[in-house]
Amino acid sequence: MEFQLPEINLQLMAPEIFLFLWALAVMAFDVTTKRKSSSTAGNLALVGLAVTGVIMVFTDQGRGFGNMFFNDSMAVFFKVIFLAAAFMAIGSSFGLTHTRILNHRGEYFGLILLSTVGMMFLASSSELISLYIGLELTTIPLFVLAAFFKDDRKSVEAGIKYLVVGAFSSALLLYGLSFIYGLTGTTDIAQIRSILAHSAVAGFNPAYQESTPIMVMAVLAILGGIGFKLALPPFHQWVPDVYEGAPTPITAFLSVGSKAAGLVAFAKIMIMGLYDLYDPSKAPNDWGILVGVMAAAAMIVGNVLAIRQTNIKRMLAYSSIAHAGYVMVGMLALNSLGLASVGYYMFAYLFTNMGAFAIVALIEDRTGSCEIASYAGLSKTSPFLAISMTIFLLSLTGIPPLAGFFGKFYVFAAAIKMAETGSGLTWIYWLVGVGLVTSVFALYYYANVMRTMYFVETDSPLKVTMSPMAVAVIVIGVVGVVVFGLNPQPIVQFASDMPAALGALLP
Amino acid sequence: MEDLFLTIVTFFPLLGAVVLLFVPANQHSTIKGTSLIVAFVTMLFSFWIYNRFDPVASGMQFEVNLPWVQSLGIDYHLGIDGISLLLIVLTTVLTVLCVIAAWHSVTEGVKGFFISMLLLTTGMIGVFVSLDLFLFYVFWEVMLVPMYFLIGVWGGPRRVYAAIKFVLFTMFGSLLMLVALLYVYFEYQAFAGEYTFDLLKIMNMPLAYHPQLWLFGAFALAFAIKVPLFPFHTWLPDAHVQAPTVGSVILAGVLLKMGTYGFLRICMPLFPDATIAYMPYICILAIIAIIYGALVSMVQRDVKSLVAFSSVSHMGFVMLGMFSLNLQGVEGAVLQMINHGISTGALFLIVGMIYERRHTRMIEDFGGLAKVMPVFATFFMIVTLSSIGLPFTNGFVGEFLILLGAFKANTWYGVLASSGVILAACYMLWMYQRVVYGKVTNPKNQNLKDLSARERLVLIPLVVLIFWIGIYPSPFLNRIEPAAKQVLSHVGKASTVQLNESYEIVDVPVLGASSDDAEAALAELEGAGR
Repeated sequence: MEFQLPEINLQLMAPEIFLFLWALAVMAFDVTTKRKSSSTAGNLALVGLAVTGVIMVFTDQGRGFGNMFFNDSMAVFFKVIFLAAAFMAIGSSFGLTHTRILNHRGEYFGLILLSTVGMMFLASSSELISLYIGLELTTIPLFVLAAFFKDDRKSVEAGIKYLVVGAFSSALLLYGLSFIYGLTGTTDIAQIRSILAHSAVAGFNPAYQESTPIMVMAVLAILGGIGFKLALPPFHQWVPDVYEGAPTPITAFLSVGSKAAGLVAFAKIMIMGLYDLYDPSKAPNDWGILVGVMAAAAMIVGNVLAIRQTNIKRMLAYSSIAHAGYVMVGMLALNSLGLASVGYYMFAYLFTNMGAFAIVALIEDRTGSCEIASYAGLSKTSPFLAISMTIFLLSLTGIPPLAGFFGKFYVFAAAIKMAETGSGLTWIYWLVGVGLVTSVFALYYYANVMRTMYFVETDSPLKVTMSPMAVAVIVIGVVGVVVFGLNPQPIVQFASDMPAALGALLP
Repeated sequence: MEDLFLTIVTFFPLLGAVVLLFVPANQHSTIKGTSLIVAFVTMLFSFWIYNRFDPVASGMQFEVNLPWVQSLGIDYHLGIDGISLLLIVLTTVLTVLCVIAAWHSVTEGVKGFFISMLLLTTGMIGVFVSLDLFLFYVFWEVMLVPMYFLIGVWGGPRRVYAAIKFVLFTMFGSLLMLVALLYVYFEYQAFAGEYTFDLLKIMNMPLAYHPQLWLFGAFALAFAIKVPLFPFHTWLPDAHVQAPTVGSVILAGVLLKMGTYGFLRICMPLFPDATIAYMPYICILAIIAIIYGALVSMVQRDVKSLVAFSSVSHMGFVMLGMFSLNLQGVEGAVLQMINHGISTGALFLIVGMIYERRHTRMIEDFGGLAKVMPVFATFFMIVTLSSIGLPFTNGFVGEFLILLGAFKANTWYGVLASSGVILAACYMLWMYQRVVYGKVTNPKNQNLKDLSARERLVLIPLVVLIFWIGIYPSPFLNRIEPAAKQVLSHVGKASTVQLNESYEIVDVPVLGASSDDAEAALAELEGAGR
């Protein structure tokens, strides 16, 4: 047998390679140079991200490293989200590097960049091993980052918790993937799909339309693993503690970047690989309804528990669980709208959540408090922050014409389309129903923050001075939320290219 | 140029709000002046549109249709018929009066207040001009936010509770509407092979009977909460009583009309079979609202909540007229929407004026105001009578037409609804008597100042309108008629088919169909109604 060297196409990987080297350089810079201003490392990291973005513009789409690396339009779309999330997270970290992170600044920023590299790598992988590596590279730096306040018990607790849960979920995922490999004999996602679709294998027989127990186990293990990453109930318990304890910019990055990475992993494995197991006619054997239940649980649990929170980071943690539920509704709609709606949703969520957390970080820097009560009177002392926060909260609620509304609309549209076209999919209507009812709950707790900012009188109103970088992040967020809400067409267009990447897969 | 009219009138207030953002918060007079100019110019634009509007033509006028989100078939489609025209004019006029009325009563957060007002205006006008369902939904939701802040920041003691209740109720309804809207969207795609939210296109799609019932239900719930139709009215007294005067005026004057407007513009043309099927139930609910609202008004001790509950009753009339499904009823309903905006708006303004003087609204705290404030008493009298529906005031024309329609539809509807008119006279006149007549028993009322020039300026236009519509309503009715016929022709055609015991609609008249068609359909429908 002649061994053929796979075609290596390094050029496709240029952005990842550059960003990886840059991350090392940022860390090295901090170690090798003497005392410097608190923002040098951060500025360097921002420059690196910007340059990576420019390189991405000039990078072709295509396959490399045999079939391991596939830079398609879906990968590009999500890479934009990752880069922007990292950019905004770093931008809102400048306050911290003045006050709390006095040492190891280079590592702090370098690790964010490394995690971003992992996400980008994940988005381009078209094979289980590289996908897993990407996922690990994403999460391992985040364990460290979550525990970055070494003298803060909550932060350390967050780090440990995230480490244990993350390691466990990775193992679970790997376990599931190994079953898939055992059943199909390949790690290439496209091949897995075609094998499952066309030939009877040990795990799944299309002729008999049934899954064997081993396949069921594989699917369950994978869903568990990704469920942890996406914080879908019942795998969501770690979220509030980790989100509360981690430095706020890292929380923001977790809630957007890490979540988007989880979605990509889900799309790659479940939709591209195991699409044929999602057959409505086999309900309840298919994984669709299982994910549907998890999504519904996420919307209910997230929105209901958020109501009682007094700490804004915990509230946003629960709200992020709920948003994972909404986005999964779009993910389940396997039609031309589905994946595009997920993309748009994450894009909107990026601006909204990063912006909201930037404000939280700013206020935490000044007051040391994340209690919602401490936001009282914000509208009087800094109307800019109050208005921006209101815009973000309204977008999270889904009030038009903001981006969050269009995301929700798009997701529900995709789901209803799915329900209308497929037979045996009436449960999707229920899912949409749950989404709608819980949206009203969501309105209540988001409105509660607005109420505190605008309606509650206080004797000691908050005084916030703003660093230019934080203001820039907030302004980017507001502009993104408003502009892409009023004119969603460019993003919709961009996101609509994604399903094409799945080929003729989707109806 | 013509197709820019509606865009200008819709977004001019928004532009004003953006300008206000850059005015320093402590320059109160600049802020107030700018808002007044913006509101006034918007009103002039709306007059201009009124002037250029062709009253005889049926169908939409001043249409604009531009793609917005192309890949999903969402268009920026605006257009108006007689119904929307009058509501736009009502909105802009009330906005100007509200800005003047708020001149001295708002002292804190002046900037935010006027920005909210202008945003609200854009949202309201937007609802009345949208012909794209998505756009309609966007405007519908947009005005929630400024209203939330108007009630929550500048409202009464229980303002926060009222604001959140208002938003939660409305949001619940509108989310249901969103789902129904998406369903219709995909149905149309299956029917015509094209994704669109265009109301005028979707109107011509036949829908099966059962989906119609569900979809009508979802839309109707959203609109019924807004109207508010009994039993969805419970948010209204809270919101009205807690809102600042101006908020109540806008709420009663315009926001409630958005609900009834939604029925006319979306529910009836889109789901004609369901309209006929639901007709008796909605009429009964409307009658309950009329009588219940009136009875509850009678026992109120607070003038403002009395007016709030009377709104429930009056909006019941509007709903009854609309769902009488005949020309008189619908015309009367539309006119009554305008009338209610004028007279209830004026009542809230009047309540606000005495509240500013006495900081109480309890009926028992007053008495004998006619002696101390004669001008005030006169205005109050006129507005009260208009609210009751005395001949030569606007209320009479509207209620008369509605009752005519109701009697035509079913004698019992007419009989029961008429009792509401009598009850209205009871509670309004009784309240008037206790507040204005008698001796001045409370020494605090001894030295009240009569209305200032500014306050008179606010009330005079409304009084002029009250008499104008009361004495010479034809310019208004002429503009309503073609639009009302359009709506009914849609429903009418469906009923013709339904009479033949088939729920499949073979041929639905296109908007702008010949008027003979419409007349025939109407005649058929009136037969069916009996």
